[in-house]
Amino acid sequence: MGSLFYLNKYFKRYKSLIFLGIIFILISNIAQVYIPLLLKDTIDALQNNLSKDLITEYAVLIVLAAIISGIFRFLIRQTIIVVSWKIEYDIRQDFWSHIQRLPLRFFQNNSTGNIMAHATNDISAVRMYVGPAVMYSIDTITKFIIVLAIMISLSASLTFYSLIPLPILSYFVYKLSKKIHKKFTLIQEKFSELTTKAQENFSGIRVIKSYVREQNEVDDFSRLSSDYLKRTMEKVKIQALFMPLLYLITGVSIIVVILVGGNMVINGTFTLGGLAAFISYLGLLIWPTIAFGWVANIIQQADASMKRLHNILNEQYEIEDTSETNNSIESIKGDIEFENVTFQYRDNLPKVLDNITLKIPRGSSMAVIGHTGEGKTTLVNLISRLYDVTGGSIKIDGNPIKTIPLKVLRKEIGSVPQETFLFSDTLANNILYGVKEKDMDLVRKVSSIAKLDKDVESFPNSYETILGERGITLSGGQKQRACLARALAIDPNILILDDSFSAVDTNTEEEILNDLRVFMRGRTSIIISHRISTVKNADNIIVLNEGKIAEQGTHEELVNLGGIYADLHFKQLLEEELKELG
Amino acid sequence: MAADKEDEILGKAYDSHLMKRLMGYVKPYNKYIVAAILLNILVAALGPIRPYLTKIAIDDYIVTKNYDGLLFISALLAGSLFLQAIIQFFLTYYTQLMGQKIIYDLRIKLFAHVQKLALRFFDKTPIGRTVTRVTNDVESLNELFSSGIVMVFSDLFIIFWIFLFMFLMAWDLSLVTLSVLPVLIYGTFLFRRKVREAYRDERKHLARLNSYMQEHVSGMSIVQLFTNEKIENEKYAGISGDYRKAKINAVFYYAIFYPVVELLSSIAIALIIWYGGGNILQGTITIGVLVAFLQYTEMFFRPIRDLSEKYNIMQTAMASSERIFKLLDDNTFIKNPETPEKIDVVEGSIEFKNVWFAYNPGEFVLKDVSFKINSGETVAIVGATGAGKTSLINILTRFYDIEKGSICVDGVDIRTIDKRELRHFISIVLQDVFLFSGTIKSNIDLGSPHITEEQVIEAAKTVGAHEFISKLPNLYNEEVKEKGATLSVGQKQLISFARALAYNPQILVLDEATSSIDTETEALIQKAIEKLLTGRTSIVIAHRLSTIQNADKILVMHKGELREIGTHQELLAKRGIYYKLYQLQYKDQEIIKSA
Repeated sequence: MGSLFYLNKYFKRYKSLIFLGIIFILISNIAQVYIPLLLKDTIDALQNNLSKDLITEYAVLIVLAAIISGIFRFLIRQTIIVVSWKIEYDIRQDFWSHIQRLPLRFFQNNSTGNIMAHATNDISAVRMYVGPAVMYSIDTITKFIIVLAIMISLSASLTFYSLIPLPILSYFVYKLSKKIHKKFTLIQEKFSELTTKAQENFSGIRVIKSYVREQNEVDDFSRLSSDYLKRTMEKVKIQALFMPLLYLITGVSIIVVILVGGNMVINGTFTLGGLAAFISYLGLLIWPTIAFGWVANIIQQADASMKRLHNILNEQYEIEDTSETNNSIESIKGDIEFENVTFQYRDNLPKVLDNITLKIPRGSSMAVIGHTGEGKTTLVNLISRLYDVTGGSIKIDGNPIKTIPLKVLRKEIGSVPQETFLFSDTLANNILYGVKEKDMDLVRKVSSIAKLDKDVESFPNSYETILGERGITLSGGQKQRACLARALAIDPNILILDDSFSAVDTNTEEEILNDLRVFMRGRTSIIISHRISTVKNADNIIVLNEGKIAEQGTHEELVNLGGIYADLHFKQLLEEELKELG
Repeated sequence: MAADKEDEILGKAYDSHLMKRLMGYVKPYNKYIVAAILLNILVAALGPIRPYLTKIAIDDYIVTKNYDGLLFISALLAGSLFLQAIIQFFLTYYTQLMGQKIIYDLRIKLFAHVQKLALRFFDKTPIGRTVTRVTNDVESLNELFSSGIVMVFSDLFIIFWIFLFMFLMAWDLSLVTLSVLPVLIYGTFLFRRKVREAYRDERKHLARLNSYMQEHVSGMSIVQLFTNEKIENEKYAGISGDYRKAKINAVFYYAIFYPVVELLSSIAIALIIWYGGGNILQGTITIGVLVAFLQYTEMFFRPIRDLSEKYNIMQTAMASSERIFKLLDDNTFIKNPETPEKIDVVEGSIEFKNVWFAYNPGEFVLKDVSFKINSGETVAIVGATGAGKTSLINILTRFYDIEKGSICVDGVDIRTIDKRELRHFISIVLQDVFLFSGTIKSNIDLGSPHITEEQVIEAAKTVGAHEFISKLPNLYNEEVKEKGATLSVGQKQLISFARALAYNPQILVLDEATSSIDTETEALIQKAIEKLLTGRTSIVIAHRLSTIQNADKILVMHKGELREIGTHQELLAKRGIYYKLYQLQYKDQEIIKSA
């Protein structure tokens, strides 16, 4: 149960509300427990022919007690349950700000679905503990104590006999719900097998149709469905036991009261009113008894969830400002230098970059070309410190990048990543993503460089058009140009274009590159591309092959060299010719 | 959490048309339903009878000091209790079993239906959506069948018995007690409505929260690159805060409802005391009746509260069944001929005559394509991306039907042959090898009982896959994970070759993979392809120099048209499209080969 102690700091935040809640539980329970006592008095008095006025008085008292109990029951939920939602919010907030500081590595090792599962299922399991579990345990304990005291004062022996079945009930609820939970996990497994099968079948439908295996697949699926049915019925068997057992045990309690209590009434050692009160009290105790077993399970589940959350909350930030950071660096100009840079994603994986040394002087443009998987993207990711080098060093303006405050570094780098990613927000907000204030002139300016302005005219709400599922879907080329505009908007000293024109047609690309040349005056740019047309005008071109710089120079130099670059150049010319062919 | 609009339909709780169709699936189990309802009538009486027995215990035995009578009544009470527990258990179990069986039937039917749908359906429908239909949507009907239908009856009968006993004992006191009922029913429905609204609100905010997280977790590098962590934190706090507010709002309704129900029950108790007490004073009822009534008030609150809950079950079930039936009604089929032509011995000659084909109406991807392949020939198809190569093979096995023209196998139009038979003698090996989770063996024979283990091994040996398979710990029974994750690209290809060979088709269609593999495997695959192509008519979308060099004929596709046709040497001499393609795609392999 250790991991739940972590929650104490949240409880502390709301201690006065929780304290109030506990007081409310007490008051409500006292009022509620008073009602059967009134019943007892009424019934006993009825046998002695009391007056009609007195009956009315009792009836009014019952309603009054019920009103008081009800009001406080309302207040309990408004304090304790509300606090649980507030704590859930706090945990989620802490979780999120933690997640945001984790390195890219974390997001590559953990699927989005997995992270989401923690943020939703685990946090809500913890809330069940914080709210309902806490509320019901306090409720149960206080109610039990008060009711027990009254019952004993009425008749100790009858109390003893009638309560024998209740601990058994608690135990059964605990055991059975645990078993059900376990079976439930098994069912989930089967269900996900079923889902996987369907998923696999639908994705491989061509193969299935080609080989006429449809019937065989239906048979397979039927078998899995039937397994799932069997597993479900195992759970149902236990679940079906639940309610009858509940009736049985509570019913036995009531029968004990009628039999033993009835005998006592006949003997004159107990009253009929007392008997009725006992039956009422048993009714009051049944729910808390059930809750007891239930709460025990919630706590166990919350504990497991909290442990999982802990694992994430303990993840290292890895890439962040440290004592090495030189906070006097307030801006960077853009002289980039790689010295024997080596990088591997993990120790046992091959080197993605191997001993790279290169200089990109401020204001110059460098292009990187090479086949897929040769480390081009990794190279630029190291500059913006999405990853840190595993060997060698990178310097900007002569400072090792680890000494530059992360914020300063990233603020001066305009990145256009290979995977175009835009948020489901307005186009303007996407373009201004890295800019604090809303500046429509800026939006128009960068959009015109990115040649997005013409497209925007056809959008329903111009720059205020929402992108994504809730709005319009941009074409691949439009997305790439929007990402370019977003990077330009932050007015960066270093611009990184990672294969950013692959979906843009060559003519538009030509225009963009021309405008960019003006924009980039005095700024450093790094362009990754597969296309010769994109890179040919760069001041320096490097060809990456197997993590190493294979060729380096200007377009003319490389074409004359007759190596990888020249080959690529020749092929792309051919491709162009083919395309032109009618 | 893609906002799938179709998945968010939540309409009415009852639709007679849908219900009728749903009931069609219940039909095989009608007997059980009737039995369950009859049993319910019985078991429903066992609960309400106990307060009545309590009344007898008090009035007839306790007040009259009859020990034996009290013991007898207690035994009766215990008997009814045990009986109820036992029947309840079986009833729950069997109604659940029935519900499960119904949804099992429906699920299989749906799955089998999807198997029959044409590729056009899969092109336009995201796989995830179809998966949801078969899994979750069917699942949400479970509640309707297993607890919905039967439990509604059960609750109604319980209420019936309670009222019956109450009125039998004292009709006027019953009326007084039940006077809280209209308030309870009204309050419950009001509450349900409010909670439903709150729930919808809550769901909306939760969906926003989830899609925000989903989006920002996937785009975390953008957040970090643009140093927007602080702003995103605030945004997140806003969305998360809205969700919290919606939740707290919902808590409010619960906080009101449950105490109000308790209060109503206390008011009922007070009424019983006030009115019943007066009656006792007048001697019209006994104390036993009063105690029994007190127990009944506790009893009838629950079923009435539950009845309104059933409304939600119905609503979800209706929405799900609507989506399920929509899929079942989809009839994007490739029609089979009513009286298919029989081809006894397949020679394997293929002829395309003026074939026109479009995925989308009007956008032709194949334009007037005509050619003939003789039995036993190997034909290579080459062309740039988007030239129409894949479409050519897609229409040959009737994955799609053509718009104009005809395709004949051995002179018979393929539209007049049974689809299954057609696909039996034409095998396709796709570029993206698809492996199913299962074993190596099951991936080669695909579960066909007509292929023996020897044939599987033989096929594997022929394509050169046996060597690596025999090194696996479980040989042919080695487990293959989803999509063959544990195997290399080359190994996966060899398995798919073995698959095609095991089926021994008269015509083989091969879409060669472009992905680069190491030279060793490359040599293996080249040999395997040679084996694969010998002795049968073959069509290959070629990416290997060796394949085009060995082909009897090369078809050069360009922008949906068949532009050049001939052998490698002939086409090279022409210096046309093929010549350029050759330099672009195949020439390098010559260098590697000679090296």
